[in-house]
Parts: sequence; C-alpha cells; structure tokens
Amino acid sequence: MLTITMAIFIPFLAAILVPFIYKWKPRMIGWFVLIVPLVLFAGLARFIPTVASGMTMVNAIQWIPSANIHFTTYLDGLSIIFGLLITGVGSLVILYSIYYLSSRESLSHFYVYLLMFMGAMLGVVFSDNMMVLYVFWELTSISSFLLIAFWYHRKQSRYGAQKSMLITVSGGVAMLAGFIMLYAMTGSFSIRENIAMMGEITGHSLFIPAMVLVLLGAFTKSAQFPFHIWLPDAMEAPTPVSAYLHSATMVKAGIYLVARFTGVFGGDAVWFYTVSIVGIFTLFWGSFNAVRQTDLKALLAYSTISQLGLVMSLFGLGSAALNSGYSENSVLYAQATFAALFHLVNHSTFKGALFMVVGIVDLNAGTRDVRRLGGLMSLMPVTFTIAIIGSFSMAGLPPFNGFLSKEMFFEAMVAVRHLEFFSIGSWGTLFPVLAWLGSVFTFIYSMIIVFQTFFGEHQPDRLDREAHEAPVGMLIAPSILGLLVVAIFFFPNVIGDYLLRPAMAAVYPSLPQIGQAMDPIKIWHGPNMALWMTVGVIIIGFLLYISLNYWRSLYKIGPLRWNLDSVYNGALTMVERGSTLLTNTYMTGYLRHYFVYIFGFFLLTVAGTIFFVGGFTFDFSNDAPITVNEYILVFVMMVAGILMIFVSSRVTAILLNGVLGYSIALFFVVFRAPDLALTQIVVETVTTALFLLCFYFLPKMKKEKVVRASKVTNGIIAISAGTLVTVIALAVQGNKMFDSISSYFENAYELTGGKNIVNTILGDFRAFDTMLEVVVLFIAGIGVYTLIKLKARKGGRDVED
Amino acid sequence: MKINDVILHTITKLVVFIILTFGVELFLSGHNNPGGGFIGGLVLSSALVLLFLVYDIETVEKGIPLDFKKVAALGVLFAVGTGFGAVLFGAEFLTQAFSTFNLPVFGETELATVTLFEVGVALTVVGTVVTIILSISEDV
Repeated sequence: MLTITMAIFIPFLAAILVPFIYKWKPRMIGWFVLIVPLVLFAGLARFIPTVASGMTMVNAIQWIPSANIHFTTYLDGLSIIFGLLITGVGSLVILYSIYYLSSRESLSHFYVYLLMFMGAMLGVVFSDNMMVLYVFWELTSISSFLLIAFWYHRKQSRYGAQKSMLITVSGGVAMLAGFIMLYAMTGSFSIRENIAMMGEITGHSLFIPAMVLVLLGAFTKSAQFPFHIWLPDAMEAPTPVSAYLHSATMVKAGIYLVARFTGVFGGDAVWFYTVSIVGIFTLFWGSFNAVRQTDLKALLAYSTISQLGLVMSLFGLGSAALNSGYSENSVLYAQATFAALFHLVNHSTFKGALFMVVGIVDLNAGTRDVRRLGGLMSLMPVTFTIAIIGSFSMAGLPPFNGFLSKEMFFEAMVAVRHLEFFSIGSWGTLFPVLAWLGSVFTFIYSMIIVFQTFFGEHQPDRLDREAHEAPVGMLIAPSILGLLVVAIFFFPNVIGDYLLRPAMAAVYPSLPQIGQAMDPIKIWHGPNMALWMTVGVIIIGFLLYISLNYWRSLYKIGPLRWNLDSVYNGALTMVERGSTLLTNTYMTGYLRHYFVYIFGFFLLTVAGTIFFVGGFTFDFSNDAPITVNEYILVFVMMVAGILMIFVSSRVTAILLNGVLGYSIALFFVVFRAPDLALTQIVVETVTTALFLLCFYFLPKMKKEKVVRASKVTNGIIAISAGTLVTVIALAVQGNKMFDSISSYFENAYELTGGKNIVNTILGDFRAFDTMLEVVVLFIAGIGVYTLIKLKARKGGRDVED
Repeated sequence: MKINDVILHTITKLVVFIILTFGVELFLSGHNNPGGGFIGGLVLSSALVLLFLVYDIETVEKGIPLDFKKVAALGVLFAVGTGFGAVLFGAEFLTQAFSTFNLPVFGETELATVTLFEVGVALTVVGTVVTIILSISEDV
C-alpha cells in the first residue's frame, strides 16, 4: 500500500536512477520516467473514496523532535486535489515532452529536474509541518530555476531563471519568518494544530505580521501583482515545463498556501481584503496586459497570471465565511471557495492543453509570434480543435468547463456587494466591475489565440519551417486534456462530489458541514446576473476584438510602458554595482590585509562580548598540576613559533611548522589521547607532503617591505589576538554555563559495545556530526578539484553574454 | 619530478604494504582501541601519497586503476546510506546497533553496524585526500 510519505520520496529516488537508465537506454528515458507519475496518480486516486467519505490520513515520522519538526504528512480533500493535479498533469507533460524534446538535448538533466520538482511539489501539498513545507517550497523554486535555465546558453533563459529564483525565494524566506512567528504564538509547527489554536492567536500582536509574511510567500509564488513580473520571463523554459510548472502546478502552490492557511487567518478583515483585492487586481492587470502580447507563450503567461488572480480573489472572498460561524451567510461566501477550487482544476486542464498547443505550433511552424502566424487551421486540424476547446473554455463559453467556474466566479463577485462584514459598503461594487472587465480582456486574448493563429491568411514565407500537423504521440496529451475540458462540463458533479466537497471541509476545518451544504454544480442555472454578465462579456469582447487594431496603441501611452520590469532591472543593477564597490574596497588581494580584517573583527566581537558579559573571571582551583614534560613541550613550541617569524627560507618555516604539529601530537600522547595523537601525526605528515608539492613550483620567497606604521598595527593586532585566545583558554574554567556532557557517555560500552570512547562518540553518539563532516570533506575535495582542473574549456556550447 | 632512486623505490615497495596493513588494522580495531574510519583512511591515503611521490602518477595509476573522486563519492553515499539503513528497521536515522556472534574462525566476535558507517568515512577520506593531492600535483 502506497503511503503518502512514500509518494513524496518516490520521485526523488527515481531521479537518482535517471542518469543510470539514461546511460543504458538514452532514447527510452522518457518512458521510464513516465511510470513514476502514472503510478503515483493511480496510488493517489485510490484514496479518493476514502477522502470523499470525510476521512483524513496522518502519517508522522519523528525528524528533529527537539525542535518540534516532524515529517508529518497529511492527506485531506485539499491536498489530494493538488496531488492528483501534480501527478496527473505531470504524466501528460512527460508524455508530451518525450515527443517535444529532441534526443540531442541533455534529457537526463531535464528529467532529473522534473522529478525533483514533482517530489518537492508533493512535499509541499502533503506536509503538515511548516518547516518541512518550507524546505519543499524552496526546492520547487530551485528546480524551477534549473528548468527555466535548461537552455542556459541563451541569455534570456538565464535572466528569466534568475528573476524567478530571486522573487520566489525571497518570498519564501518571508514566509519562513511568518511560520516562525506562528510558532512563537502557538508553539507548534503543525498546520493542523495552528488551525485548532486559531481563536487564541487572533488578537496576538504577531498575528498580522505573520499573516503578511505568509501572504508574501504565497503571492510571489503565485505571481500576484506586483510580483507577477517573473512569470512571463519564466516562459524561456521548454514548453512542457511552462505547461507543468508555470501554469498547472508550481504557481498554484501559493494558492494552496492561501487555501490551507484560510483556517488560520481566514475570518480576519486584513486577510479578506489583502487576498481578494490583490487577486482581483491581478486578474484585471494580467488579462489587460495579455492582450498586447504578440508572443503566444507570453500571452499565456499573462493569462495565467490573471487566472491565478481570479482563483486568489475567490479564496479571499470565501474566507469571509469563517467570520461568524455556520450560517446561511457563511454558506453563501463559501460558494466562492467552491468556485475557486473548481476553477483551479479547470484551469489546469485548459491551460495545460493550450500550452501544449502553443508548443506544437512553435515546433511545427517555427514561430510563436501571432503576427507571423495564421491560417494553420487546415494544416493542423487536431491542434486547432484542441486550441478551440482550450481557448473557449478559458474565455468562459459553453460547453466547456471554464464556463461553469466562470459563472460561479461571477455569482460570488456579485454576492460581495451584499456582504455585511468588514464595512465594505459601496466599495464592494468594485469587485464585480473589475471581475467583469478582466473577463472581457480574457475573452479578447482567448480569441487572439484561436483566430490569429488558425484563421486568416497563411503566410508560409514568414514562417521558419513548413507548417504541418504534429506527430500523433505529441497530440495524445493535449487531446486528453481537451477531452477532460468537455467531460467536466457535462459531468461537473463527479469532481464536485468526490473532490471539491471534501476539499471544502479542509479549507473550513471549523465548519466541516459546509461542503455538504453546497448546491450541486448546474450547467443551466437560469437567467441570473452572472449569465447576463457573460452575455455582456461576449458582446463587448467581440466588438473590442474586431476593433483591436484601433485601440491597441493605448498600450503605448507613457505610464503604461513604465513597468515593474524596469524597476526590477534597476534594482538589480544597483545591488550589483553597490556590492562591487563594497567588495573592491576590502578585497585587495593581499593575504595580510585579510588577516588584519579577520583578526580585527574577531578581537572586536569576541573581546567586546566577553567584556560586556563580564566573562573575565578566573578560577584555577580545579586545574590539573603542570609537570616538567609539559613545560618543556610548551617551551619548544614557543621557540618554534617565534623563530618562524624570523626565518628567511620556506623549508625552514615548514619544518618549524612541523615541529609545532608534532609537539601537539606529543601533548596528546602526554594527555593519553592516542586517537588524537595518531590523527595529528598522520595529518601533519600528509600536509607536509602537500606543502612540498606546492613548494616545488613557487618562486623564491622575498621579504616584503612593509611600512613601519602598518607593521606596528599588525603587531598590535597579532599580539592582542594571541592574548585574547590565551585569556579565553584561562577563563574557560571560571565560567561554567552548562553541565558537563560527559555523563552522556557514561554507559558508552553498554550502549555501543565499543571500548574506545572517542570512536563511540564519533560513530554512535554523534554520528550526525561525523556524517556531515565527511560530506563537507568531500565537498571541499570536489571544490579543490574543480578549481584546479576545470578551467574554462574551449569549444563546447557557446554561451551568449 | 624525475627522481630515480633505487633505494627509495625498494624501501617504498616494502613500506607501503606495512603502512597499508597498519591502516587496515587501525580501521578494524577502531571500535575498541585507538583507530577508526577517519584515521584509518588517513593512513591508507598516506601510503598512496608515498607511492605517488616515489613513482610517477602514471605508473601508480596503472597499478591502482581507481578514480579517487568516485571513491570519495562512494564513501559519502555509504556514510549517508547506512544512516538510512536504520530507518528501514524502524529506528531513527543513524541509529547504530551491535551484537556478538560466534563465527567459525574468529570465535566469539562482536559485529557492529557502526563499522559500515566507518567504511564510508574511510573511503571518503582516502578519496578526498588523494583527489586533492593528485589535482594539485597534476596542475603544472
């Protein structure tokens, strides 16, 4: 039986296997990878009846119990929707990518990143612990970065990758701060426990800051205004990636977060306003800007932004239901959340299909520029059909699923006007107006996709390739999505009953009955306000589409051209310049300067701290007596140390250094630490060999002439650093802050069966330290190797600057 | 460096085996006596370093055809992997266990899982040290 914890790790394990399979069967790699999401999808689908019957599943593994961090996975209605989307769309995207990417690409990298992303995304939606969620959250940003930069020889790819990384990761860090604040309030990292404690924290002084920070994470990830600027640039990624990450799954992580944390923050006016206003404005702004795009992928990117805004605003409105317990009113507002969840699913189907269509057009016509495309209908009949289904669904026309959720969206927006909470007053009218305007523009750009690409005059001389229909394999995935779009329209309540209702219970944990109180989704809901709004959208949208050429110049007006991208670019340049300036002032290239900075800083901070906390207390009563041997050893070491400053040849200096090292080894022998003595001796031997190797190639040592003043400063710093270390060593005995840890090892033999306590500490008690040390050592070795060996290779892939 | 010192060559051939034996002995006895993965690995790599110093790199590579980067990587995998081994048995990550067995030749012997972990440590140390020294010495 597949547990959820396993489901998270399977993609990662598969990712480890990918390079090996790739070596064995490079052409079949995609088919092997395809197995993973298919299995996961089937495994998750088996849980649907369980979840639909109202049950949830928790699986906890202790991870860092001392910090309250457990690897807890949680399966409920909300996470299963996302889980199914991730694995379902993931399967289709991988199937599509098998045909999309040529076998000359570095496919093993591609699929490793993709699997990594899939695992991370499953981790995000199934984690109950906020810290675990955060780790996976940033992992999705990193894998997205790698995927956007997949064609890293293009400058635009690198730019887009960096942009998305900077924006989403900084949002993630803000979210982390928010999580820590929540922990400070409730003492738990578990989301469920936080939800349970919601009533206690609402009035807390950290409540609003925590909410804002968590929202920052959600908004950056879901490309909400003003953080949406990364999404169009992320379209430099290969099209399957855009379809998967940047429309169907990753960008919805922010939506997931908002839905999940509705239980914690929902019912508060700040949450309600921030989420719904940011959402509705993003809807409008995204759709408005989509119309002026000429690149089909950029158009879809802006359309994704606006659709995410739509879902976001619905979740914002829906949170009002938590304000005053269970009532008829709360059911009314909860309708918004129901619509949001429904549109979430619908968007994944039609937008995924549309991205794949654009990929097909791009690949088989050689361009994505709508100004050069046209008349492809007869050349690509299947692609055309899918494009019609996807676009009309996006525009909210029947008989496609987008129509249903769009009507529910309008209904929810109209209902806001009657909202009695939060003193919304007449401002509530702004919501349906913006929603309607956004939908008009949505209609226009949906028509652009269909009509400017597939109708009109075919101009073969303006295309890079002779346009032809895609191979059958490439059409399978978008066809399945297209079929889903239609199927959901005719049988919406299958999804409604099995997925959306349980998810409602997850979004409103304090109102578990609310999901069942929802009306079933109706295809024909009578001539109400929403329907008239749709009719208006179609009429006005159609008129505006026809007159597009007359009013498009609107976008060239001054303030509209001044955009957030230039703000981002300006800030980036400023940061770069500033850091270059700062770095140049202290990176002189002289080791002795660096030593001055390091030791000076050390003196200031450590001596300062010790001085302020009064750490200079000495207590020699517990010290062991000093024997003659030790005096002699110390004397030898001091002589060697002082001589080293004055010798003029390198070999002598190294030998003196060796004297120091071996004397320390002798000290270990005197103090009966044979392990340390052995290690010290061998390390000393190996480093001497290293020294000798480097030596052979160094020029003759020259005494440098240093100005007297700096000599004095250096001398002072050196002597004070030495004194400080000595003082610290002496003061240690006088300050006992903690109990000795030696009691921890008292039963070492009984516990570990080892008589060598050093080794039992290294291998049994503190194996985690040792393991990480080994990893660090390995990384250091690889670092040395790459620094020395991998000098910029000639030839290979040309990289644009 | 072209040194053709017959005495050094002859002695090295002998000494290397003594050092190697010593390294293995240190490694195995680590649980109860001074020694262990780290120091054992260091001693083993010092034997290899000695070989590299006395003979040239090509000769040694012919005799020991190992990619030491891979040795190091294998070591890290081993060290981390044994940690997960504990998870498979339902214990916490990196939990070690031991027990005594009556083996045919050795008699009453104590076997501990920590030895497997130490193998990882030793391999990493050998791989890393030799990699560093080789890359520095080849960079001429």
